[in-house]
Amino acid sequence: MSTLIDISHVSFGYGGAPVLKDVDCRIDAGQFTGIVGPSGSGKTSLLKVLLGTVKAQHGSVTRSPGIAVSYVPQLETVNWNFPVTVSECVLMARATKRLSPWATATERADVSSVLERLGIADLGKRHIRELSGGQQQRMFIARALVRRPALLLMDEPTSGVDVGTRHEVLHLLDDLNKEGLAIVLTTHDLNGMASHLPHLIALQQRVIAAGPPSEVIVPDVLEKVFGARMEVLMHLGMPVVVDSGTGMLGVA
Amino acid sequence: MTGIFEPFHFAFFQHGLEAAVMAGALCGLIGVYITLRGMSYIGHGLSHSIFGGFAAAPLLGVNVLLGAGVWGLLSALAITAVTRRSRIGADAAIGVITTASFALGVALLSKFGSRGANFDALLFGSILGVGTSDLLLLVFSLLLAITVFTVLYRRLLFATFDPEVADVSGVDVKRMDAILMSVLSLSILATLTIIGVTLVAATLVIPAVVARMLTDSFSRMLWLSSALGALCGGIGMYASYDLDIPSGTTIVLTNALVFVIVLAITGGRQLRRTAGMDDHSDAPAQVAVAA
Repeated sequence: MSTLIDISHVSFGYGGAPVLKDVDCRIDAGQFTGIVGPSGSGKTSLLKVLLGTVKAQHGSVTRSPGIAVSYVPQLETVNWNFPVTVSECVLMARATKRLSPWATATERADVSSVLERLGIADLGKRHIRELSGGQQQRMFIARALVRRPALLLMDEPTSGVDVGTRHEVLHLLDDLNKEGLAIVLTTHDLNGMASHLPHLIALQQRVIAAGPPSEVIVPDVLEKVFGARMEVLMHLGMPVVVDSGTGMLGVA
Repeated sequence: MTGIFEPFHFAFFQHGLEAAVMAGALCGLIGVYITLRGMSYIGHGLSHSIFGGFAAAPLLGVNVLLGAGVWGLLSALAITAVTRRSRIGADAAIGVITTASFALGVALLSKFGSRGANFDALLFGSILGVGTSDLLLLVFSLLLAITVFTVLYRRLLFATFDPEVADVSGVDVKRMDAILMSVLSLSILATLTIIGVTLVAATLVIPAVVARMLTDSFSRMLWLSSALGALCGGIGMYASYDLDIPSGTTIVLTNALVFVIVLAITGGRQLRRTAGMDDHSDAPAQVAVAA
C-alpha cells in the first residue's frame, strides 16, 4: 500500500507553547483513521500539518508527489447565511480552473454527478441555510470530492450533530473509504465515532497510541490522553467507554 | 417640469450626478465583498486613513491623489496582514491602524495647515468638488473593479466564503485579499470628494445589506447592490443640489431611507439573512435543523 503522507518527528506550536511534540505518523492510500484527543491535544494542528496549511517547526513532512488532498471544515465555522446555493458551494472546488464566472456544461455535469452520488441531487438549488446537519456535511464532502482527492481530511465531522446525522455521516464515509478514498478525521467522540473506525491515533501533544480501537481505546491510553481514569467495556466487539466516576457512557 | 430639470443645465451638476452614480455603483459593488467578509467597518477606517494621506502628501512633496492612495493601500494591507497573522480581530486592527493614520493627518494639518486640498469637501463630500480628473478616476476605478470582480469571481467568492478551504484548494487567498484591498483603497480614494471621509462607509455597507435582504444569490446581490448604490447616489446628489447640503449626507440619507423602506416592506423577515455579515465566527450553525 503506497504512502500518501509521512510525518516524522514533527513538532509545532503557536507562539511559545508547543502543541505537537515529536509526532510520527503515516497515512497510506485507502486508510481510514481517526485522531482522538481532548480539546487542546493538538488534533486540529496535526490535521493542519497533514494539510500543509501550517509548517512543522521541527521534523519532516513528506507528501507523495501530485496527490490531491481535500479538506472539510467544522460546520460550526461556516457562515450559513452566506448567499450561495448548494450547487454554487460545490462548484467552488473548481475556482482555480477558469477565469469566467459562468460554469461550463461539463462543470455543471460534474457537480450534478457528485451531488447525486451523495444523495442530495434534488437540493442543488437550495440555499445552504436550508439544509439539515447531515445534508450540510454531504454538501462539503461533495465539494471535496469534485477535486477527486486521494485523501480527505475532516475536522470534527460529527461535532454538534444529532445521533441520526452522526450515523448518516459515518456510513457515508465508510462507503467512500471502501471505494478507495483515504480519510483522516479528528474527533473527541469516543463511543459515537472513534470506536467505529478501523484505525485510531490517540494524541496528547505526542502520539500516545496508534492502532485499531481495541488497542487504543483502553484505560491506560485514555488516562494518558484525557487525564482521567475511564473504564472500557466490550460490546459487539467494539469498545465502549464508561466514566469510572459517574458510571455514565463517556464522551470525552 | 422646468424646475425639476433645471439643475441638469449646469455642467457642475451633470459632473456631480455622473460622479455620484458611478461612486454609488462602485461602493455598492465592492461593499458586497466587504460586508460578507465581516469587514463593514473597514470603509470607515480606510477613508479616515486616506484623510491622513491627503494631509501628509503635500508635505512630502508628492501628488495628493497618489500619496493618499498609496497611504490608504498600505493601511489596508497592514490591516489584512495584522488580522491574518495575529489574534487581533479585524475590527481592532482597523481601529488601531486607521485612527492612528487619521490622528497623524489631523496633527499634520494643525501644525502645517492645509496646502490646497479642500478639506471640508473631503470630510462631507461636495457637489462642487467634482472635476474632470475626479470623473476619470471614477471611470477607471469602476472599470477596474468590474474587470477584477468578473475575472476573479470564482476565486474571490471562495476566499470570501471559506478562506481556509479556498487556500487548501489552490486559491491564493493572500493575493485575493491584497487585490480586494487595493480595489477598495482606490474606490474610497475615487469617491472621497463626492461622499466624504466621514460618510463613505455607509455607501459601502447599506446597499450591500439591502441587497442581501432582497436576494439569497451572490451574483444577484452584486448587481442589485451596485444598482441600489447608483440609484441612491443619483437621488442623493439631486437632493444635495435642491436642499443645498453636502452631497455625502444626502447620498447616505437616501441609502438609509431605502434600507428603512425595504425593512418595512419585508417586515424584517429577511433581516436574518444579514446575520453573520459582521463576524463569521458568531454565525449560528444550524446543524440539526430539518430541511
